[in-house]
Amino acid sequence: MNALRRTVYFTGIVALCAWVLVPIYFIALGAFGGRIGVFRWPKSILPTDTSLAAMQLFLQVEGVGQAMVNSIIAACITMALSIALGAPAGYALARFTFPGQNAYRLLILLTRAFPLAILALPLTVAFIRIGLYDTAFGVALIHTALALPFAALVSASLFQAIPRELEEAAWVFGCTRLQAFLKVVLPLALPGIAATAIFAFVISWNEVFAASVLTVRNRTLTAYLLTVLAESPLHFRFAGGFLLIVPSIVFIFAVRKYLFAMWGIANR
Amino acid sequence: MTFTRRLSPAARLMGAGIVAGALLGPMVPASAQQQDVVFLSTQLRPIEEAQKVRSVILKGFPGKVTYLVEEPPAFDVRMKAEGQAGKRTISLAGALHGELQPLVASGDLTPIDDIAAKLKDRGIPASLMDLGKLGTQQQMYIPWMQATYIMVANKKALPYLPAGADINALTYDQLEAWGKAITEKTGKRLIGFPAGPKGLMPRFYQGYLYPSFTGGVVTPFQSAEAQAMWAKFKGLWQYVNPNSTSYDFMQEPLMAEEVWVAFDHVARVKDALTQAPEEFVTFPAPAGPKGRGYMPVIAGLAVPKNAPDAAGAAALIDFISKPETQVKTAAEVGFFPVVKATLPADLSPGIKLIAEGVDKTQNAKDALPALLPVGLGDKGGEFNKVYSDTFQRIVLRGEDIKTVLAAQASVLKGLMEATKAPCWAPDKPSQGACPVN
Amino acid sequence: MTTVRSRLLPYLLLAPSVAFLAALFLVPLIQTITLSFSEDGVPSLANYTRMVSDLNFGLAVRNTFLLVLTVVPIQIVMALAMAMMLQKLPRGRDVVLWIWTIPLGISDLAAGLVWLAILQDRGYLNSALYGLGLIDGPTAWLTYETPVALFFGVLVAEVWRATAIVLVILFAGLQLIPKEYKEAAEVFGARPWTTFVRITLPLLKPSLQTALILRTVLAFEVFAVVYAIGGTNFPVLVGEAYNWQRNYQNTGVAAAYAMLIVAISLGATVVFLWALRTKPEQQA
Repeated sequence: MNALRRTVYFTGIVALCAWVLVPIYFIALGAFGGRIGVFRWPKSILPTDTSLAAMQLFLQVEGVGQAMVNSIIAACITMALSIALGAPAGYALARFTFPGQNAYRLLILLTRAFPLAILALPLTVAFIRIGLYDTAFGVALIHTALALPFAALVSASLFQAIPRELEEAAWVFGCTRLQAFLKVVLPLALPGIAATAIFAFVISWNEVFAASVLTVRNRTLTAYLLTVLAESPLHFRFAGGFLLIVPSIVFIFAVRKYLFAMWGIANR
Repeated sequence: MTFTRRLSPAARLMGAGIVAGALLGPMVPASAQQQDVVFLSTQLRPIEEAQKVRSVILKGFPGKVTYLVEEPPAFDVRMKAEGQAGKRTISLAGALHGELQPLVASGDLTPIDDIAAKLKDRGIPASLMDLGKLGTQQQMYIPWMQATYIMVANKKALPYLPAGADINALTYDQLEAWGKAITEKTGKRLIGFPAGPKGLMPRFYQGYLYPSFTGGVVTPFQSAEAQAMWAKFKGLWQYVNPNSTSYDFMQEPLMAEEVWVAFDHVARVKDALTQAPEEFVTFPAPAGPKGRGYMPVIAGLAVPKNAPDAAGAAALIDFISKPETQVKTAAEVGFFPVVKATLPADLSPGIKLIAEGVDKTQNAKDALPALLPVGLGDKGGEFNKVYSDTFQRIVLRGEDIKTVLAAQASVLKGLMEATKAPCWAPDKPSQGACPVN
Repeated sequence: MTTVRSRLLPYLLLAPSVAFLAALFLVPLIQTITLSFSEDGVPSLANYTRMVSDLNFGLAVRNTFLLVLTVVPIQIVMALAMAMMLQKLPRGRDVVLWIWTIPLGISDLAAGLVWLAILQDRGYLNSALYGLGLIDGPTAWLTYETPVALFFGVLVAEVWRATAIVLVILFAGLQLIPKEYKEAAEVFGARPWTTFVRITLPLLKPSLQTALILRTVLAFEVFAVVYAIGGTNFPVLVGEAYNWQRNYQNTGVAAAYAMLIVAISLGATVVFLWALRTKPEQQA
């Protein structure tokens, strides 16, 4: 019974890993399979045709380097802003009962519920007027609006799950509200907040629409590639898609310790 | 203690973000202030084409050009937004006739009669130059390059051609018979149309089907001929690959042999033809009772109002409409000259196939050119929707032809009255809004 | 003095984000709402009648609801199972967590391409079926003639792409449940399932609420994946809004669609807020 359960359990874990990884492997095959590989029938699970041509062409496109820098700048600002604005709001939602808190929740969700493209024209006009048009900072502002609901709601549930008593105990020992927050609550919540920041980064990295409408020369990488990509032959699209997936995988890998740190707390 | 230790890596991560944002954010706009002509185009977007524009076609231009591409909807938003805010970054806009049209209504283009006058000796046909006025009295764009739609067939399909049919003078009846023969022999439906979300199918109805069967596009929308035409097309559709409603470009299904016979814009079958020229033949679209409808595609160059470098834009237009640049454009990307220019004999086999298809289309005995809509302003998209919806309802959902046509005709009538667009060929000229009978 | 301050505190904490959203979002939003209720500058419901009478409206409503009502529950159950499995894993947790969260970083467009490569006529699914002798050659699954297969294609792609968000939210919530509760339950001899239903789930309510709300709102926003896989065969509300805005260039009708989507999303949110409410005082 126990052995059977273990087998089922580990099979499940492996199957779920495969569920995520196998499709990515397929797009990698497409990306490196060249023009011909895309049309082969029946397709082989192993790499048969390999060609670096599509990838090379992408990396040679003018301005990819600058676009990469723009993407990183926009994503970092988004990350910083959405935490700076979202975490305090999350704390307020978690710790206080006050009139208007549901109205606030609705407000921030509204930003996610509203299709961004519809706002493109008024937003673009406004950005040109304020001088934010065609800057990575301007793109980051819109991306922050997209990431903020995440930051606020996720941090709210993080704070909510940290026992109130811990904070109250700190007050008893003479800490001010701020001190208690900084010394007791924040350290517990930080790994979760870091994970939220990572989402903000990824949201910004992947967003195409605002990034392509609000910039001309200072394109982010995603926008830069996708406008070129949209009507290119299929193997280029696979190559471009793969190229966009890779940095995200690497980034999530680089910060997996922070995702993992959440575990450390509960095990303490 | 433990707390502070745990705090540090995450805090560093976020700190780095804030610092990077604060330091780099404000510096970004400064780096972009270079003296260059920003050329924004909705054409030649695919990666290989865009690279060719930058590294081959525009290479000899004395100034510095930044060639950027944009999908049509984003192009529209950008042009209008820059106009409303009164700050331009774009000096030259390259787009299709239909994409430039809404920009006249919004006042975002500047008349360029002076440039047109300078280009007089280039030999741009008067009919093309007239289209560039977009229904106004002044020149709003200079024709840039042209293309049209062709049919492409895999050579494997040729044995199934109905007896006595000339592939270069097919009728819709013969196309249907051909599709039927293929389906009966292979068990597959191998005719394809680009009826996907980004496909150019509406142009097929407006430039090919309607003119061929009714001799018009708008006026005879619900005529008896139109009813017969839709019944005919529904019959043909039995042999059309059902994936067609997902096809944006026919080159991929052609290369994958998902379809053997396809209709599309030359730029959207080019990849198949250049990759495997020996596998394909090109030929004109079929003819109906009223002739062989076909629609030219014109891309134009326009200068936005308050362009930051209007002089640079004028110089660039001059450069692009030079015969040698035009020939280079044809040889590299398969769009054809608008000026008098002879194509070199040593075109690559794929481009040659395109040139043959275009030539056979334009010079067919029964050719019936259908012009691009003029005067629809920003209703061009809704105009297309009328035709796509009609197709959707009659062919895919099997609704009653007469009822559907009557319902869609009233939508079409509303559009024509709202825009007051007069008829364009092949519809008979009208005083005021083009009537829908 | 202190009481006034502590009563003001939550508002002070919210103020920056409200100001930010007001400037960036509410102003253009109000312009858009006005736009949706006017025709040539005159107040009118024309855009809404136009929307409702459109060919694809009914289909888009039906498809959107069908998709949300199937995708979201599947994702919650899957993510919950994954989070529980992860917690039990003795070794290599960070690697498994990393792999399971990879789709987080994958954009809609890339995800659409990934599944197109698998589901198209000559894709990997058909190759596998062919290898098993189940089909004779390339077979089309994603056409208007195979609506059920098409729906499953879209469903699978959506589940693949967006389950990771739910997983991370639930996993983070799970970490914060004090171990003592479970240990106590074990001491009293509760079976794992009972512990899960009686202890874990109720304590996970705030995270579940967040996950449900975010996922539902985001699910109503889906269209890039749907259009990559389904072409014009599977209209959804947001896709229609984009079409009216971008292809038909009729901002009024697009704005009407956007308002409808917002109304539905808000409705769903209110339901979740109410159904899974927790008072701060009752917190663990």
